[in-house]
Amino acid sequence: MDEGLRRELGQHGIFTTSLEELYNWGRKNSIWPLQFGLACCAIEMIAASMARFDLARFGAEVFRPSPRQADLMIVAGTVTKKMAPQVVRLYNQMPEPKYVIAMGACAISGGPFKQGYNVLKGIDRFIPVDVHIPGCPPRPEALLHAFMTLQRRIDAQLLTGPNRPRHLKESAPSEFPIPQFGPHDISPNKNPALWQPPAFKRAD
Amino acid sequence: MNTGYSTSFFLVVFLIVAIGFAVAPLFLARLWAWKYSPRKPGASKNATYECGLESKGDAWIQFRSEYYIYGIIFLVFDVETLFLLPFAAAFPELNFGAFAAMLVFLLLLVEGLAWAWMKGLLNWK
Repeated sequence: MDEGLRRELGQHGIFTTSLEELYNWGRKNSIWPLQFGLACCAIEMIAASMARFDLARFGAEVFRPSPRQADLMIVAGTVTKKMAPQVVRLYNQMPEPKYVIAMGACAISGGPFKQGYNVLKGIDRFIPVDVHIPGCPPRPEALLHAFMTLQRRIDAQLLTGPNRPRHLKESAPSEFPIPQFGPHDISPNKNPALWQPPAFKRAD
Repeated sequence: MNTGYSTSFFLVVFLIVAIGFAVAPLFLARLWAWKYSPRKPGASKNATYECGLESKGDAWIQFRSEYYIYGIIFLVFDVETLFLLPFAAAFPELNFGAFAAMLVFLLLLVEGLAWAWMKGLLNWK
């Protein structure tokens, strides 16, 4: 619909909308996170869901203890290599549409434990992350900001057309390969379709 | 009272509305999936949810059901304590009938204890 006509109708007290907008409006205001914490960032996540910071204002206070009912995975904390297969499997078990917030320095990059032999250097090597939050740990306000960012992203998603999001495409995968915890390291150590190591090019 | 229609008419209406209320969202969801959002089943999505771990073994296992003995003995002492406290608190005002009823109740519980004792359940093995 033409934006001018829409504003004109709005001035006369007539509200117009589209199915896409209704769909996104409903989804972005009822993001149910998976009840799932890995390390100290989870404490900040709990604080964000309690009365002082009140995640319920964004319709996201319903932490689900089962991935079957969850829309959002908040990877809150250090992902060890032993835990990584479980995180990916939980992500795979969530129904579409599903989103991921990588919360804290550890979840996005390994953080202060990046050099550790047992720490995954960022969960985005295995699952597609929608919002990254830096910080060690990030304050609850940062998590709220990530929520609002995610809401804006959901609001902008299209319902039809070639640019529609993954969950509306028949061919796009909803499951990602689960790595194995081997005797020496996790294998494979990344999902090349999702993450490639940054390439440094020498300036001539 | 002559209303002209059967009173069970309302029951039928309520039943239809209740079933429609439950079925309509499911139908709409299926319609939505067919039109826009394709179904995406997968190996790990269809697997049993075990907190992210792969489930191992069979759920159809045998286990010892002897816990019921502890359940019964616990009940004997627990219920006894639960009722003896208010009984003790209200003791001065009780008449003889209430006192007798309480004694019968206690006897029933003590019978359970005697049964467990006779069966040798109180011996530590």
